[in-house]
Amino acid sequence: MIGESRLRLVWIYPDLLSTYGDQGNALIVERRALMRGIEVERVDVRSDQPVPTSGDIYLIGGGEDRPQRLAAERLRRDPGLATAVGAGAALLAVCAGYQIIGNEFIDDLDQSEAGLGLLDVRSGRGAPGKRCVGEVLAEVDPALGLPVLSGFENHQGVTHVGPGAKPLARVTHGNGNGTGDGTEGAYAGRVIGTYMHGPVMSRNPALADLLLTWATGVPLTPLGDHWHEQLRSERLRTVRAAASN
Amino acid sequence: MSGNSVPGQGGAPQRTSEALPPRSKLAITASRVTAAISRRAGKGSGSVIGGKLALRLAPDLLAQLSVGLQVVLISGTNGKTTTTRLVAEAMRAAGPVVSNALGANMPAGITSALAGAGNEARYGVIEVDEKYLAGVARDSDPVAIALLNLSRDQLDRAAETRMLAEKWREGLSGRDAIVVANADDPLIVWAASSSKDVLWVAAGQTWQEDSWSCPQCGGVMQRPGDDWFCSQCDFRRPSPTWSLAGDRMVDPDGRVWPLHLQLPGRANRANAVTAAAIASLFGVPVEAALERMKHVTAVAGRYDVVDYMGRKLRLLLAKNPAGWVETFSLIDPPPTPVILSVNALDADGKDTSWIWDVDFTQLAGRPLFVLGQRRLDLAVRLEVAGLQFQVFETLAQAVAASPPGQIEVIANYTAFQQLRKTIKEAAQA
Repeated sequence: MIGESRLRLVWIYPDLLSTYGDQGNALIVERRALMRGIEVERVDVRSDQPVPTSGDIYLIGGGEDRPQRLAAERLRRDPGLATAVGAGAALLAVCAGYQIIGNEFIDDLDQSEAGLGLLDVRSGRGAPGKRCVGEVLAEVDPALGLPVLSGFENHQGVTHVGPGAKPLARVTHGNGNGTGDGTEGAYAGRVIGTYMHGPVMSRNPALADLLLTWATGVPLTPLGDHWHEQLRSERLRTVRAAASN
Repeated sequence: MSGNSVPGQGGAPQRTSEALPPRSKLAITASRVTAAISRRAGKGSGSVIGGKLALRLAPDLLAQLSVGLQVVLISGTNGKTTTTRLVAEAMRAAGPVVSNALGANMPAGITSALAGAGNEARYGVIEVDEKYLAGVARDSDPVAIALLNLSRDQLDRAAETRMLAEKWREGLSGRDAIVVANADDPLIVWAASSSKDVLWVAAGQTWQEDSWSCPQCGGVMQRPGDDWFCSQCDFRRPSPTWSLAGDRMVDPDGRVWPLHLQLPGRANRANAVTAAAIASLFGVPVEAALERMKHVTAVAGRYDVVDYMGRKLRLLLAKNPAGWVETFSLIDPPPTPVILSVNALDADGKDTSWIWDVDFTQLAGRPLFVLGQRRLDLAVRLEVAGLQFQVFETLAQAVAASPPGQIEVIANYTAFQQLRKTIKEAAQA
């Protein structure tokens, strides 16, 4: 780490896993830190570069099927992320990234692939033609103290949460993990996985603040958040209205 | 590379609807009637509904209508409609052209356009939606197929970008058409790699975020300057025959031509180079092609400069990250104000995540106004980019708040259509 007061934000493999505006989560964490006077060093790690071990917050995004397989192959050979998570770094993984950090997923060749084992989930593939696409609303596990999450899902995964993790949230709208039990995402310690993009932090800045709180260990000063709140309430209102019709 | 030449130049059979089977003639008549009814009811041009009916009555109608025409297909994520227009203009130097000029680019719209052609038509210049390219290429037996570019677009309802490249590669394999393909887009080069006869055009690629991994082996792509190659296999940029070089075009003989287009921007210069390359396959000299393309000003309302509330508004359509990036590069410099409008209706794709792929900091230093059904998504995006902006509900409010001078208006698909409607209604009031 360059300076103790500097937060290292690591975005893993934008060249492979950045299909759904995933850069947004990096930009939002960065901005919310800067607005609290926390200096940020953002490191974008391309898939032919090693993952640094000294990051405070790691982000992995979504991607198409083949890039997902390539990303998993390269991350399995790179101990950087596991080392960092083992040392207490925070990790948010979205969609294809969520599947990769689990124990196992099904790749584009319909073969089972080992994940990174950083979160106790297993992902299979739903029936062809049964893709989960659309708006999601989900009530977060109260232990995390977050307001309802709003996001957009677009995946064919069916992700089962194992005993070593807890569901991140329960959907009131949309599919989430695709298991039919209403769960969405998973978390354990400082590792969070979700199918929600949008990107998820644009509608749920509290999630960015949760990662920042974990990384800094101190309470954060509240921000104005006028536009984030406007967007959140518009999305919640619109999605709920569509659901009640 | 073998000399690309068009078989049967000048010897194409005379095209006449008399040669069509009775069922096809009936289908065409029915489609024209349906289209006319749809128009009278104020539901657009009616070409799609008419074409759907015709294809139901005679499923092989597209193939039959293509007989006697020398067909050119144009597909890609961005620039299809404009390139189709430029090619059609250039090809008119060689003979009568039929074209789906208004962008109805699925089989029904294409069938409708061809059915509406007169018997004298010699060339069919056809824009094709990416998902339908392989099928339309099978049915219409084209002489040439232009592959412009592939990038992420409406991922909630369209196929994955790489999957599309793969489908093109399979669908175009074994076809006799000359493929005119962008050498600067690795996914396009991959899609064209199964074709026997390819004419490579260096048309540039500003948006590179969908082609960092090699479509052949998955290796990481290296991109020094204008070149690209895979770090792990032999997949690399082919050497182009036609090139866009800044404001100029280089033809296969090394002659350099200034491009004096009325259409703005780098992307349209690239489209013009592709169009000149296609026209040359049909014997149209470069001079004649460029002269004709010079007169194109607006294409289906895109790039149109219109009067509204006593102001000049330039209307720019941008539907996906690659399109927005190209559009930012052609607008007037600050302090020209920019109005941005984004919707997420069915035709736009319902997921607005893509706005986070667009680098809005390029709009710094000018007044920004935000509109559209998803203006709040855009507001959050601009705020996180550290930009100053104002959010309005209507175009009139945004224009009233704009400082004097021309205004650039950038909108995605349905937002663009809505703005055109608003402006048209104001002009009629």
